[in-house]
Amino acid sequence: MSGTVLGTIIIVVIGIICGVILTVASKVMAVKTDERIPKVRACLPGANCGACGFAGCDGYAKALVEDGVPANLCVPGGANVASQVSEILGVECGETVVSAAVLHCRGDIQATKAKMDYRGIESCKAAKLLFGGTGLCTFGCLGYGDCEKACSFGGVKVVDGLARIDMSLCTGCGSCAAACPNKLITVTPENVKVAVLCSNTEKGADTRKKCTNGCIGCKKCERECPAEAITVENNLAKIDYSKCTGCGHCAEVCVVKCIKPLDISAKKC
Amino acid sequence: MATFKGFIIIIMSAVLVNNYVLQKFLGICPFLGVSKKLDQATGMSIAVIFVMILATAVTWPIQHYLLDAYSMGYMQTIVFILVIATLVQFVEIVLKKYIPGLYESLGVYLPLITTNCAVLGVTILNIDSSYTFWQSIMNAFGSGLGFFLAMVLFAGVRSRLESANPPEAFKGLPITLVSAAIVSVSFFGFAGLVENLFA
Repeated sequence: MSGTVLGTIIIVVIGIICGVILTVASKVMAVKTDERIPKVRACLPGANCGACGFAGCDGYAKALVEDGVPANLCVPGGANVASQVSEILGVECGETVVSAAVLHCRGDIQATKAKMDYRGIESCKAAKLLFGGTGLCTFGCLGYGDCEKACSFGGVKVVDGLARIDMSLCTGCGSCAAACPNKLITVTPENVKVAVLCSNTEKGADTRKKCTNGCIGCKKCERECPAEAITVENNLAKIDYSKCTGCGHCAEVCVVKCIKPLDISAKKC
Repeated sequence: MATFKGFIIIIMSAVLVNNYVLQKFLGICPFLGVSKKLDQATGMSIAVIFVMILATAVTWPIQHYLLDAYSMGYMQTIVFILVIATLVQFVEIVLKKYIPGLYESLGVYLPLITTNCAVLGVTILNIDSSYTFWQSIMNAFGSGLGFFLAMVLFAGVRSRLESANPPEAFKGLPITLVSAAIVSVSFFGFAGLVENLFA
């Protein structure tokens, strides 16, 4: 028998044996997976942001099908995903609240200054370890973009030393809030109409020296608010959202314009 | 005792002197692709050790009792690829069924190394070096360990690269390749180690 024929026979026989082994193995040792898991997974946005409390979208899909966790936990997906998922699983779809990230700082490079020429690691967490941050205000945005890196949707950009949240891209998952070492970002529901965009609790004169956009605790908003929803605590205005009517009067009268109206319902959902 | 010494020499040589990634430049794709995080690098390396030993255990008899018997040495590459690919698929199915925990941790990496050049390289070089069966197994184990060492070392280097600030033109893959070259050069320091191991 010539070498070519023998070679062909050997490879064909080995190929057939391998094929048979694999086919038999895949039939005999097949693992049954619930067919609804990939279906549910397909509805989820796939950003793996972790806002639902599970390890990524795969983990949430598995928990939805196997453990029957509520269908409205996906923050980026919102009501749309919740209704699709509950349709597949045949369960009640709970209420979903539209929310978005809000940065409580307005200290860009026009308003505040750096106190050092920082040449270290380009990260807010690293910069924060050095005398509480590289800017004059130790409470404010560090501007090295930890939030920008954390965002899976490209919704945060650092411009002029201040993180800017694009409401049309923000899904409200809260990844950026977890990444900020100064805890400046809060995930805010849509019924909140105004917010204090400053986090500095120093005395007014000190704040003023560091940042022209900082809350100086002048209490003008506290006096003027028709619903008496604002109190100044620790030299920083605080809005009680259970009383706030969203009239926006505080934003008009604020001397340093650190109270701003929000329009979270305009965001994409 | 002599065989035991031989095994030690084979393992040390495969790990340090003839490291598959850093000296033979085999298996570069997982070396660059999966070395970003230490836990992924570890998972990948353990999968590689596992597959290298299994592949050697299967291909050595095939070479000696089938191909050599019919003087079909030239069929080596194609037969080895076929057998290793099947083996890895089979192992994956078995793990999925009986050891789901191990499947979860190795599962992602197993298909990646079905016909990885380092795995194929180990099996073919075992034959070329005319090792006995147990010597081949030792060499496969040592090569896997060498891969593990290279991956873990390089994962450390890369985590330092993350926080470094190289010039714009070097960012990303270029600086990774430069640092891989430096790590590789450092392994030349082990040349000559094995010759004097039991001297």
